[in-house]
Amino acid sequence: MTSEIILQAVVTGLMMGLIYALIAAGLSLIFGLMEIVNFAHGEHLMLSMFSSFWLWSLFGLDPLFSIPITILLLAFCGILTHYFLIRYILKAKMLIQICATFGLSIFIRSIAQLLWTPDFRNVDKPLLEGRIEVGSVFIGQPQLYASLVCLLAFIGLYLFVTKTETGLALQATAQDRHAAEVLGIPSNKMFAIGWAIGLGCVGVAGGMMANYFFIFTDVGINFALFAFVAVALGGFGSIIGCLYAGIIIGLVESLGGLLIDPSFKLLYVFVIYLLVVIYKPQGLFGRY
Amino acid sequence: MESKLITAKSEPLWNTNNRVISIVCALVVLLFVLPLFGLNSFYLHLFIMIFMHAAMAQSWNVIAGFSGQISLGHGAFFGIGAYATSFFYMQYGITPWVSIFFGMFISAVFAVLIGIPMLRLSGHYFAIATLLIGISFQVVFQRWDLVGAASGLWVTMTPEDSWTALQFHSSKVPYYYVFLIFFLITFFVVWLLSRSKLGYRLRAVRDDPQAALSLCINVSNYKIIAYVISAMIMAPMGSLFAQYILIIDPDRVFNIEISIIVLLITVLGGIGNVWGPIIGASILIPISEYSRIYLGGTGGAVDLIFYGLILMIICIFRPNGLISFIPKKILERKKQR
Repeated sequence: MTSEIILQAVVTGLMMGLIYALIAAGLSLIFGLMEIVNFAHGEHLMLSMFSSFWLWSLFGLDPLFSIPITILLLAFCGILTHYFLIRYILKAKMLIQICATFGLSIFIRSIAQLLWTPDFRNVDKPLLEGRIEVGSVFIGQPQLYASLVCLLAFIGLYLFVTKTETGLALQATAQDRHAAEVLGIPSNKMFAIGWAIGLGCVGVAGGMMANYFFIFTDVGINFALFAFVAVALGGFGSIIGCLYAGIIIGLVESLGGLLIDPSFKLLYVFVIYLLVVIYKPQGLFGRY
Repeated sequence: MESKLITAKSEPLWNTNNRVISIVCALVVLLFVLPLFGLNSFYLHLFIMIFMHAAMAQSWNVIAGFSGQISLGHGAFFGIGAYATSFFYMQYGITPWVSIFFGMFISAVFAVLIGIPMLRLSGHYFAIATLLIGISFQVVFQRWDLVGAASGLWVTMTPEDSWTALQFHSSKVPYYYVFLIFFLITFFVVWLLSRSKLGYRLRAVRDDPQAALSLCINVSNYKIIAYVISAMIMAPMGSLFAQYILIIDPDRVFNIEISIIVLLITVLGGIGNVWGPIIGASILIPISEYSRIYLGGTGGAVDLIFYGLILMIICIFRPNGLISFIPKKILERKKQR
């Protein structure tokens, strides 16, 4: 085991981690706002990858250029989710909330399976292709750009939430819905915005991943699991925590795969999750 | 110490609405004589599936409905049960009647091992952890050569129908009775549980953990007890299912669909209610089996679309499940004055 291989694994893990971070950030934003875990997050990711794929396959639009459309589609999807499902279950018991979003995930996944069959697809010859060599480390171009775009989107999201007026209103709603309403912040609108932004993040990640990842109807499950873990690791509702947590998960996944056995990647992440929730249940940066 | 402080008494058995008892008895007798009318094998299969799923959902009901912890990976215990009987039968020739208990025991051990760290936490943490557990089991069994890895176990067939090997090839009627009896036992156990002190404490833990704690109920211990009971109800169903289909593989018995369907049945019927899973299963399983017959060729997942849709609709409009349509006074016990 040379140091080059380890370095390679670290770089790969880092790049994957940034993508996990962005997916988790969307989840965390939604949770922070209304304390609902979106169990359909992976399915929304799947939808964004398929949107990217179909725009390429039907209109010949490269995944790189279709990203704005994908983001808009996913944001719209988020608003629909809020309007048709979430606003009815805001006051329901947690159990019902989990079941409802879980039901949404089954629904989306099986509709996708019916419409598009469970075949594996990929985008043939996208603009981003090939790899570059830095020192002794090979970096796939699509992966590199995907992670950079995700990082940029993450920074954008962070600045939006902490600096803009809407972002501050989101934070106020997250802290105390009723107090925010008294101050004239319509919480229903904020929730819809939160869903739009949260799924918009997923749109960025899915759109960039469509460049190099296989696209199939079950693709979201693993990403969603890692996003759940990242959110728990970073602390439910903390956005900056997601960045660190995503990177940790990416590194654990790739280094564990390299050093022990790649077929048990999920288990290493699971162990990390267990350790964190047992010893630091509020997560690394949580507000609870 | 606890029993001194808590005065909630378990309800005596006879303290139930007579009408409910007579309806239930009539239904049970009906179910026992039903095969005598010569049902064809499809209807037998349908009933077997209803019994199995009702019992599985009842298991989920114990952990989610009574103690309020949502397990999204309950298929793990189903798979353990299935693998236990098949593995011990093929490797050591142990009759499934004995290895059902091995399966229950192994499931219980796993439930304790998982429960001790996880059930100190609550809510989303536990739900996500169980989702991971369910998938971890599938991943491990897919790669575990001793139990046939991804191709699974093909149970050695006996040449004749055999009660010791619990295999019947000529007719489904024996399976029908086996499943029916296990379903009734499960139901009776959970019914007793729901009326016992333990049941009341579990519901106290569910409704207000802090208040329960202040009454000296050890919240995390009770959650673990509920989890263990739930796992021990789930495992025999896996064992029987393995005996029923005789070929098991990780994708079938550890499938996330199993975890989904137990949740769906319970939520549909009425969560936290002993009757809920039975109502849910007897509505959902026929839908599922018929949709598989008529729409089976179109890609397979049609019944899952309905599941998802039903689940969302129930969550929005009837969070207490279909049982909330039945007037309360029919189900409630006679008022004691």
